Amino acid sequence: MKPQVADSKINSSGTSVSSTTSTLGEANECLFEFLHAEIMNYVIEKNASDSNVKNTEENLSELEWMGFGVGYRIIERLTREWVRFKDELDMIKFICTDYWSSLYHKQIDNLKTNHHGTYVLQDNEFRLLKHLANHNSNNNNKQYLRECPRLIAFTCGLLRGSLANLGISSIVKAEITLIPTCKFHVEVQRV
Amino acid sequence: MSSRTGARLDTKKINSELFTLTYGALVAQLLKDYENVEDVNKQLERMGYNMGVRLIEDFLARTGSGRCYDFRDTAEKIQSGFKLFLGITPTITNWSATGDEFSLCFESNPLTEFVELPDNCLHLKYCNILTGVLRGACEMVQMEIASWFVQDQLKNDNITELRVKFIKRLEDAIPAGED
Repeated sequence: MKPQVADSKINSSGTSVSSTTSTLGEANECLFEFLHAEIMNYVIEKNASDSNVKNTEENLSELEWMGFGVGYRIIERLTREWVRFKDELDMIKFICTDYWSSLYHKQIDNLKTNHHGTYVLQDNEFRLLKHLANHNSNNNNKQYLRECPRLIAFTCGLLRGSLANLGISSIVKAEITLIPTCKFHVEVQRV
Repeated sequence: MSSRTGARLDTKKINSELFTLTYGALVAQLLKDYENVEDVNKQLERMGYNMGVRLIEDFLARTGSGRCYDFRDTAEKIQSGFKLFLGITPTITNWSATGDEFSLCFESNPLTEFVELPDNCLHLKYCNILTGVLRGACEMVQMEIASWFVQDQLKNDNITELRVKFIKRLEDAIPAGED
């Protein structure tokens, strides 16, 4: 009797979720972007008032850490009904394709690896940078380059958190040379 | 392997979960940063305001809706805004006699999907960002409103009820130094 009750509960919540998702428009996308912007501004403002040190790199570790927490949780829900991964490369491939497209609406454009635990994931039009790009003049896409690390830190944490919950401890860095292209460097830490 | 190809991820669902979890991370961070829960409520409202100011443009662009005739019209537009952005349709109830106050009732709320409040957060208004969003969005269409939570599912109420009150119409600002 009891499992049945639990079952129906799951079903009802499942249908309610799917009924909401069927109506979710693309607008949801801008919700996340605006929220992300608010979080980013909050963390930066707080740290700016904390430290008087200028001209050094901004402290974005909190943003990264929040991303880590979100990534750690979301991968659990994403892979719940997934077949077990064969190996590390299989996991990274999953990150590049299904994971990335479900979070950022597109796949990673290019994956490179040295087969020794370093992976480079390149997104040619990263969602959070997309609106900074100036499409009219191709050579002018460096205008906001200095502010870019802020927009990337959360996602670096997201990647690191997801990998951590898959059993890969890593360091994730990002590199931007021309907006909106972004390269994420994943270095797997082996003990 | 065969089942893997069958199990495509639901992009939109994950996307809304990303939003939910990110919001959760923000609230957790604020609780860590501020000693006082009231300050967290305020901060959430302020962030919501900033989001509302930007969201209204998106809303108007997508729906193509014009000015509101009256506050009832506003209520319906707010309702459709919730549908557009969060995929939920709150019910509009409890109109005040004067027609300047109404309630939005939520049966489910994506923001609180994975949330349980610990005992020491009794005064935390978890979804307070919504009140800010409404205030910011309405201010951009020249309406001053106030809103607050009357009932909250996270505090063991059956539904979540958000009360919205019309305060005044904002006039176009007169440039400084002119009467």
